[in-house]
Order: sequence, then structure tokens, then C-alpha cells
Amino acid sequence: MKKPNDVIIRSVSKVAVVIILTFAINLFISGHHNPGGGFIGGLAFSSALILLFLSFDIETVRKNIPLDFKILAAVGVLISVSTGGGSMLFDVPFLTQAYGYFNLPIFGKTELATAVIFDIGVALAVIGTSITIILTIGDDR
Amino acid sequence: MSWLHITILLPFIFAMAVPYIYKKFTPRIHTGWFVLIIPLLIVAYLITFIPKISSGNTVSESVPWMPSYNINFTTHVDGLSLVFGLLISGIGALVILYSIYYMSKHREALHNFYVYLLLFMGAMLGVVFSDNIFVLYVFWELTSVSSFLLIAYWYEREKSRYGAQKSMLITIFGGLAMLAGFIMLAMMSDTYSIREMVSNAAIFPSQPLFIPAMILILIGAFTKSAQFPFSIWLPDAMEAPTPISAYLHSATMVKAGIYLVARLTPIFGGSSEWFWVVSGVGIITLLYGSVNAVRQTDLKALLAYSTISQLGLIMSLLGLGSASLYYKIGDDSSVYAIAIFAAIFHLVNHSTFKGCLFMVVGIIDHETGTRDIRRLGGLMHLMPISFTLTVIGSFAMAGIPPFNGFLSKEMFFTAVLNASKMTVFNVDYVMLFIPIVAWIASVFTFVYSMILVFKTFRGKNKPEKLGREVHEAPIGMLIPPLVLGSLVIVIFFFPNVLSQYLLKPALAAVLPTLAQAGELNVKVSAWHGWNAELFMTIGVIGIGTLMYVYLKKWYRIYRIYPDELTLNNFYNLSLETVENMSRLFTNRYMTGFIRDYLVYIFLFIILLTCGTMWVFDGFYFDPSNDAPVNLFEAGLMIAMVITALSVLFSKNRLTSIVTVGGLGFLVSFFFVLFRAPDLALTQLVVETVTTALFLLCFYHLPQLRKEISTVRFKAVNAIISIGVGMVVTIVALSANGNRVFESISGYYENSYELAGAKNIVNAILVDFRGFDTMLEILVLTIAGLGVYTLIKLRIAGRDQNEETK
Repeated sequence: MKKPNDVIIRSVSKVAVVIILTFAINLFISGHHNPGGGFIGGLAFSSALILLFLSFDIETVRKNIPLDFKILAAVGVLISVSTGGGSMLFDVPFLTQAYGYFNLPIFGKTELATAVIFDIGVALAVIGTSITIILTIGDDR
Repeated sequence: MSWLHITILLPFIFAMAVPYIYKKFTPRIHTGWFVLIIPLLIVAYLITFIPKISSGNTVSESVPWMPSYNINFTTHVDGLSLVFGLLISGIGALVILYSIYYMSKHREALHNFYVYLLLFMGAMLGVVFSDNIFVLYVFWELTSVSSFLLIAYWYEREKSRYGAQKSMLITIFGGLAMLAGFIMLAMMSDTYSIREMVSNAAIFPSQPLFIPAMILILIGAFTKSAQFPFSIWLPDAMEAPTPISAYLHSATMVKAGIYLVARLTPIFGGSSEWFWVVSGVGIITLLYGSVNAVRQTDLKALLAYSTISQLGLIMSLLGLGSASLYYKIGDDSSVYAIAIFAAIFHLVNHSTFKGCLFMVVGIIDHETGTRDIRRLGGLMHLMPISFTLTVIGSFAMAGIPPFNGFLSKEMFFTAVLNASKMTVFNVDYVMLFIPIVAWIASVFTFVYSMILVFKTFRGKNKPEKLGREVHEAPIGMLIPPLVLGSLVIVIFFFPNVLSQYLLKPALAAVLPTLAQAGELNVKVSAWHGWNAELFMTIGVIGIGTLMYVYLKKWYRIYRIYPDELTLNNFYNLSLETVENMSRLFTNRYMTGFIRDYLVYIFLFIILLTCGTMWVFDGFYFDPSNDAPVNLFEAGLMIAMVITALSVLFSKNRLTSIVTVGGLGFLVSFFFVLFRAPDLALTQLVVETVTTALFLLCFYHLPQLRKEISTVRFKAVNAIISIGVGMVVTIVALSANGNRVFESISGYYENSYELAGAKNIVNAILVDFRGFDTMLEILVLTIAGLGVYTLIKLRIAGRDQNEETK
């Protein structure tokens, strides 16, 4: 079968994926104070990956991103649960979140919150699940 | 734990050991020899009570079982329970001895047999000695269960299974009704102890639950004692081995109902309902059983119907005797007390001669291989001892001197004659029928007793029909019926000894108020002058002999009665109907279509919600707090309605998918308008994904069934969906107008101070209520894994079916 020449799509997606990934990370980071957060950040992230799957074929993307997304989803859930469990080490109830302000070398005075770690778990679970679903359905012969 | 408790539990404990004994000693020693020790020990122990009981004392002991519920294993020994206890253990011992010779140790599963039998014996002892009604109920059901197991002992026979199932259904039905009656009794008297109920018997008749409790308990007693119309299980229970028939279905279990009626007579007796129901059902059963017994050709079936008839006799005596409680104390009361005495006396007599007869029939079956009257005959000189025993048992049953049945039959006639002179309970002329009915039943009793003796033992011997050499049974098999047969005669000649030591205390237990007044002076005498009872007996013998001689002439009457109208037929038909009806009903509503189930669910929602709103007057509309509607919202609303309608009326799936997607995007606009940016973002992305998935499903729809059609319009569906929509709208509007509390959202406005986050939604999601989020991502992950497993791990067979090309 002759492969269709989709060079434009590929070139545009290469640029677009970077932009979308940046936007996704921005959505995720800004979630604490602005609209966004783990869920929508994760979805945006996976939409970038889906664009890759669409413009290149699944095998190629798999080769370059050698991740098992099922494991990624499980790791996300694990992170979320362990932040909850972690709070119990400090003798406070399960899932108690803490935050504080630190002077970091580059960022200056920055707020760091354990809620962000929890959000990372959410994002990873969302990415892992959505990609798993789409890949399994897409792979189905 | 007293010795009496141990006595009741001893059969259960020993039953555990039986299988080991069976394994160890078979086939050297018959397991029954070991089991025999148990009832002998119990008899010996119970005999020690006789002096104490006969002097008017009672013994009771209590062991806590469920103290917090006031359910204690309380045993109570008085005259009545001692009579029953001695019958159970005494006849139990004889039956076990008999079964040692009857049941082959090589062919039969004896460990099952004796375990069930011991279970039954223990349960029966528990029934008669329990004072707590719930403990009594437990033992009562245990007798039903063990009887079920024993009837189906030869479980590879279809008829055994049928008989066992029938007796189980009927007796458990009665047992459950009885439990309900017991609970009502406990509610009325605030105690679970029968003794306390009896001592407070005066409080019962005025209570509203008195009649329901009485009826329910009587149903229990009547089913167990095979009273009309619950008697149908007893003839089918004859599929059990003969020792079991002798023990359970003549001497003990069927008397549990009698025991219950006698035991509760102090509570219910004296009311006209009790009098009418108990004596009426008893008389009907007496006539029904005796008339039907004559037509039987199977010896055991004949004995089964005669048992039914005799139980009816005892039951009617208990009913007639309950009138004595109406008169409290006086001459009238002792006149009717004779009936109760006669009931107990006949109960003992019946156990002796019916046990004897069953054992003899078992011997005949064992020696000739058949129980069919038409094939038997001329056994008199072949089996002389069995013949003698049959004569004793049958003549006692027919009420002929010099056997004990004569005495109790005479007392029965006395009781019915007294009853016919009764002036209370609005009886009028109805009571005149009772002696007549009783007399007719006695004639039939005489006829079948003669059939039992003469058709079996007289006439010509028919060796060609039997096919084996007939001879007398081994001596071990004859000892138990010999013991019972000699008892029959001994009781006739010395009835007052038995009366003094056992029957009078039993009578005192049934009629405690009279006993305290010292008015119970019953003397049994074999000869009591030329009175009406004696002429009745002479009439019975005369007419009965004539009827037996001309049996062939009138036997045809039985054929007139159609089979369709028998109780058995009704029972079978009703079982069949119940099964068919429930199957039809279930098939009717369990259609297998999800659409129908959804209709049920939604209908239920509508009815329940609407009904609740209606009953509690929940309709409430208060638009005063609502925000004003602006142009954007109105426009968006109209757009959404149009989109939603076009989903409904779209001609093909693709349009539906696209319009559903459009609806989702419109919702996200709503989120924007209502200032929910996080929701709007998520809704946009999620809607995109679901639309893509819908398209995927659409693409993969199988070729064959792909038909593009409009939504089939169904009036019911439309009404239900509109109904659901309206209900939900009404609930939402009513709830909106009815805000009772301030919202807690004020707390979350401090999210920056509390959680260091300016985004309240995110703070709630990851901090305030992070637990929900944690579980939601778990749900998401499981859904992903579910999709993965559904698609990747398909079973090969299904894969082929659903393959799309």
C-alpha cells in the first residue's frame, strides 16, 4: 500500500505538539491559582499525544515514547494515595494537605504545596487512562 | 444443666457417635444394639419421676440459652409431659429393637437411619419437655426435619421423595403458622414461658390477638397431627421404613399436635371458638379417616388412615373437654373433664395398639414381600403369633373388650353423650349430631379393623401370588409387638394403676384450676352397668359385623366418589398451579429486554417521587430568590432545546451523534456564562472525546443489522419520559424554593488562607475534598483497564461472532 504524503500535517503537528504540551503544563501549573489543574492539564497533555498518534502511526510514537500507559495510570493513582498516606506520617488525618513559601534560587519566593503532588497523580492517571483507552481501541483489529 | 437437659440432649450427642460405631462394627454387630441403650437409659431416668409427679409435684430446670432475649432452655416435667416422654422413649426403645431385626445390616445405610432416628427422638423429647415457646418451636421444626429425612430414607424411590416433600411442605407450613401464633401469645402475655402463660390465663380472652393466635397455633397442631384437611401427608409418609411408620407416624410425631393442644388448653380452653374448632375438626377427621381407611388395599395405608381417624378422636375429646374450663369449678366441669381424661387415656392406648399393628404389618411385609390385602390371605396358621398380635391390636382399635381400646372408646361415647346435653356455646341441636357422627365413625373403625385381621389372616392362602415360603418372623422382631400387645391387655385389666400414676397428673396438667380445687376423681372401670355407652358399643359391633360380611355389596359406593375431588388431587393441583402461575408471572415481566426493565425503573421513580410529593404536600414554588434571566441565557436555552429535540427526531445515527456533541458544547457555554471556567474547559475536552468515541462505535456497528430508521414512537415511552422530565423539574423547582440552610460555600471562599490556593474549585478538588478526587481517578483508571481487558482479552468464540470486516 502506498503511503500518503502527509508532510504538512507532520510538520505542523511537530510544532503544535510542543505548543500544546507547553499549554498543558501551564494549565496544570496554574491550576492552583487560576482555572486549570490536574484533570484538564492531563487531558490537554494527552490530546498532544493523540495528535502525534494521528499524524504518525502508532508504532512510531510507541518507539519514541516507550511508556506503558496502563502503568502510568496506576502510578498516578499510587502517587495520589501516597500523598494521602504521607500526611499520616506527620500524625495528621489522611489526605491533609500542607503548603508553605520558600525562597528558591531561580524562582524567588515560591509557594510549594503538597496538593500539587496530589494533582500530579491526578494528571498522570488521566493521561494514562485516556491514552490506554484510545490506544486499545485504535489498535483493535 | 440438669440431668433432664442431658436426657433431652443425649440422643443428639449420641447421634454424633453413630457413624463411627457403624464404621467400626459393621457387619459384625448391628449398629442398633448400641443405639438401643439410649432410649432404655431415658426410660429408666423418666420412671424415677413417677413418684414425684403422681403426688402432684412438678419439676422444672432452666439453662440460659439466649438470656438477653429471655430465651432459656427451660424444662418442665408434669404429668402430661411425663406421659409423652415415657411414650417417646419407651416405644422408641421397642422400635429400635424391632429395627435391629427389620433393617438388614448388610444392605441398609444404618448410620443414616439411626442418626435420623436419634435426632427425631431428641427433638420429640425437647418438644414435650420445653417450657419456653421458642425452644419448643426449635424442637418442633427439628421433628419436621428429621421426619422428612426418615420418610425419604430410601431416597432413590420417587414415591419416598414425593411423600417426604409433601410432609415437609405441610408440616413446615403449620410450624411457621404456629411460630406466628406463639409470638402473638408472647406479645399478649409478655412472657415466653408456657407455665407463666397458664398461670395468667385469665388475661387472654379479652385481647384482640386471642383469636388470631389461637387459629395460627391450631394450624400448627392440625398439620402436625394430620387433622382434616392437612391429613394428606400421612398416607404418603408410609413410604418410610416400617419401624419409622410405627414410631413417627403412629405413636409420637403425630401426637405432637395433640400435645400442643392439650398443653395450651388451659390458655384457650373455655372459649367457644376453641371448643368448636378443636372438636369440630376432630370429629370431621375421625369420620374422614375411618371412612377412607375401609377402602385402602395397602395395609400401611389402611393403618395411616386409621391413625388419622384415631387422632381425630383424641382431638375431638380435647375439644369437648375444654368445655370444663368454661364452668370453672363445679359438678359440670368434672363431667367434661372426663373427656380430657379419655383423650389422654386413648392417646396412650392408641400408641400401644397402633405401634403393635404397624410392627406386625412390617413383619408381614418382611416375610411375604407384600402389603397388598388382595394378595394376602390364609396366614393364620403360618404366622400364629403375628395373627394373635393383630387380633389384639385390631380389636383394641375397634373398641372390643378385653382390650384397652374398649375402655377409652366407652369414655369417648360418654364424652359425646355429655356434649349432646350441653347448653353453652350456642350449641342447640348441632350437638345432637356429634354422638351420631362419632357412632358412625366407630362402625367404620370396626369394619376396617376386621378387614385388617380377616382379609390378611383368614381365607385361602395364595402362595402363587407371594412367591416365597412364608413363616413366622424371628423372635427378636416379635418381642416389641409382644410387649405392646401385652400392654394393651394389661391396661384393660388394671387401668386404675396407670390412671393413678400417670393419667391423673396429666389431667391435672391440662386442667390446672380444677386440679387445685381437687375435683378430679376419675375412675376407670371395665364394667359400668347397662348404660347408653354399652348399647352404643353393642350396636357398633352388630352393625359393623353386618357391614363387614356384606362388604362386597356396598363397597361400590367408594367408586362413586370421583378422584378429582380428593384432597390429594387438590394438593397436587394447587402445587402445579402455583408453579405454573409463578412461572407465567415471572416470564411475563422478566422479558429479557432492557427496555422493559427501564420502563419499570422509570415508572417506579415517577410513582414514588410523585406519591411522596403528593402525600407530604411537597409542591412549593418560590421564584423570589431567583436571578433575572438575561438575553445570553435565554438564547442559549433556546439553542439547547432545539438541539435536544433534533437528537430525538434525527433520522440517522450520525446526526444524533453530532447533535449530542453540539448539546455538550452548548452546556460548556453555559458553564462559561455561569462563571465556571474549570468546568467549561473540562466539559469541552470531555465532550470532544466522547463524541469521538461515539463516532468510533458508529463506525463499528455490524453490517447486517445496520438499519437507518427513525426512533420508533411508542406512546408509553413518550408518556414515561415526559413524566420523568416533569417529575425531575418539579422536584428541582420545589427544592430550589425550599432552601432551609445557608450554603456552606462561604467557608471555601477562604481557600487562599486555608489551603494556599486562589482557585477555589481546585482547592476543593485536591485539598478540602481530595478524597473524592482520589477515588474518582481510581474509577477512571479502572474504566481504562476495563476497556483494555474487554478489547484485548476477548474469549476466542465471542471474537469470531463480533468480528467486523
